[in-house]
Amino acid sequence: MGLFVFVCAAAMVLVGAVGVVTRNNPVHAALSLVLTLFGIAVLFVANNAHFLAAVQVIVYAGAIVVLFLFVIMLLGVDQAEDLSLEPLTVQRPLALVVSIGVTGVIIAAVLKSQDALFARGTGIDSATLQDADANIRQLSRSIFTDYVFAFEVTSVLLLIAVVGTVVMSRRQHGQHVEESV
Amino acid sequence: MNALLAETLVGPSIDWAGISPLLVLLGGSCLLLLVGSIFPRLPKGTYCAFTVLVSLTTAVAAMLQWRDVTKSGPRNLIADAVALDHFALLATIAISISIALVSLITDDYLRREDYDGPEMYALYLTAAIGGVVMASSNDLIVLFLGLETLSLSLYLLTASHRKRAESQEAGLKYFVLGGFSSAFFLYGIALTYGSTGSTNLSKISSALSGDSPFSQIDAMLLIGIGLMLVGLAFKVSAVPFHIWTPDVYEGAPSPVTAFMASAGKIAAFTALLRVLVVAFPTRIDDWRPAIWVLATLTVLAGSILAVMQTNVKRMLAFSSISHAGFLLVGVEAAGHAGDKDALAAVLTYLLLYAVLVIGSFAVVTVVAGKGDSHTTLDDFRGLGQRRPVMALALTVFLLAQAGMPATSGFIAKFGVIKAAAEVQSYSIAVIAMLGAVIAAFLYLRIMVSMWLADSTNDAELFVPVGAGIAIAFASVFTVAVGVYPGWLLDATRMVSDISISVIQAVDSTTDVPAG
Repeated sequence: MGLFVFVCAAAMVLVGAVGVVTRNNPVHAALSLVLTLFGIAVLFVANNAHFLAAVQVIVYAGAIVVLFLFVIMLLGVDQAEDLSLEPLTVQRPLALVVSIGVTGVIIAAVLKSQDALFARGTGIDSATLQDADANIRQLSRSIFTDYVFAFEVTSVLLLIAVVGTVVMSRRQHGQHVEESV
Repeated sequence: MNALLAETLVGPSIDWAGISPLLVLLGGSCLLLLVGSIFPRLPKGTYCAFTVLVSLTTAVAAMLQWRDVTKSGPRNLIADAVALDHFALLATIAISISIALVSLITDDYLRREDYDGPEMYALYLTAAIGGVVMASSNDLIVLFLGLETLSLSLYLLTASHRKRAESQEAGLKYFVLGGFSSAFFLYGIALTYGSTGSTNLSKISSALSGDSPFSQIDAMLLIGIGLMLVGLAFKVSAVPFHIWTPDVYEGAPSPVTAFMASAGKIAAFTALLRVLVVAFPTRIDDWRPAIWVLATLTVLAGSILAVMQTNVKRMLAFSSISHAGFLLVGVEAAGHAGDKDALAAVLTYLLLYAVLVIGSFAVVTVVAGKGDSHTTLDDFRGLGQRRPVMALALTVFLLAQAGMPATSGFIAKFGVIKAAAEVQSYSIAVIAMLGAVIAAFLYLRIMVSMWLADSTNDAELFVPVGAGIAIAFASVFTVAVGVYPGWLLDATRMVSDISISVIQAVDSTTDVPAG
């Protein structure tokens, strides 16, 4: 059962991810992203991380993709980039070879260290499974003890995002500078 | 309900003094944004002066901590997430000096390009926060957040000239490629976490050492280290992950290029050393060959490609790649167990190179003129006639970058080559020196065009005050350190305490019973 759920969810994630890159219509790409994010939520549920699964659906699949769609609609759906244009003809076949190679190496490495991982892993704590609030409690404990510094540094990232939005979207006065030759 | 009340959460103790440099930087950037939005018409140069003040305060805070660490030893703060040691503090001081110098150049640059507002200065400060966090992180998550803080600020700074298409293009290229490299780094963290059970550098180190069950060779861990190396090699622009560097350095506003080549490099290299030296000292034989290959490729490719350029900004971009190769030679030497001089050599190199490169780009900023458009080698023709003093300063910077004795560049290059020779890495030392010889040709080319060719442009070249101060400081520093290097070398020798704090942290974690 566990394996079956995993395979289905993984297939959802991968199909969605490929869809995001290959779809020409940006709306379809954004909807493929929803598929990927749902697949990840299913994987969270399969690992008893119910709270994370809920957050995944509400924040990512819900709010963020809606924002994506807003932006796509505002910019216009019909503006498709011409992807057939290619300055260096070797790079796409080369990228394919390299990406298949890297994927192969990573899969081989994970398979090779499978035994060691099973030997070390303790699995899911059975006490956690019985307690309905355990997820949230563990998460908050991590955030406010071990990762409190990381949590605070994240706020600086948000500050940069705010400044960046202002810098990038401010109306510019004056002439554009001539291209240098 | 009772169970909930009974458990009160005890957070980790926070050593406010220990993170005071970060707090100064954060407070400074927030205040700058706040004041900038409330009072839009401030006298010219206020933002610049304020940023210089904040960065100098940061340096002073770091120096106070330096004294404290010398007295009571290095330690880890806030649930072992941050390390407080001489290594981190020296990086903090170097980054603060970089922001102060870069702000001085930026002031006149912004006026020339008809920009105002505090955004660029605020982004320098937030980028510095990222850099300091990277240099002092003792946890991979914290390191990643520092990396993102630095990178996001740099993407924005690169694209900040909204009226120049090259700047926008460079920003987008950097953003897309940087996003990929961050993803590699994050995947590396995930695989490392999977195979060691922790993201904390000290805990990873202890999990991999001795007879713990994690210490056997683990294929997944190797991939994790490899992917993290890819992410960091991109940030230090090591060949073959350097493709973005020339385009971004050329397209970015010149002061920002100076900032990327100084503070950006300091942060990326200190993070690289943290990960390799603190977390994986038991895996030296696995990562040292990779660094060896990166270092030789970077030194040679950087120097050879630099010679072929005709744009001074691109030349300096490739020269910064070749310097990154030299620094990697030092990182390779730092891999040898028990060798701590290499760490000092790398940090000295970073500090000296930061000042050199800011000086060089300050001259480029002044010569480039409005729109940053005059940066070809032809635009530097006859600079010796138009502005002899500035041409002399650039000559000093270029000679120092080439490694001339009696300049700081010699001290820097000598340090890493000596560190490599001391651990019997002779082949890499020879290759690095060969690279230095090739790169010397590039610096000569700029000098010849400055002094021996006649100027084609008779327009008066105005040297603004801020840039003048920065150039003067950088050139005096370059010569002074070149002639009297002793005090700096004595100070940097103390940075070898990087892994002492780790041992203490591991001791303190073993005291606590599991669970």
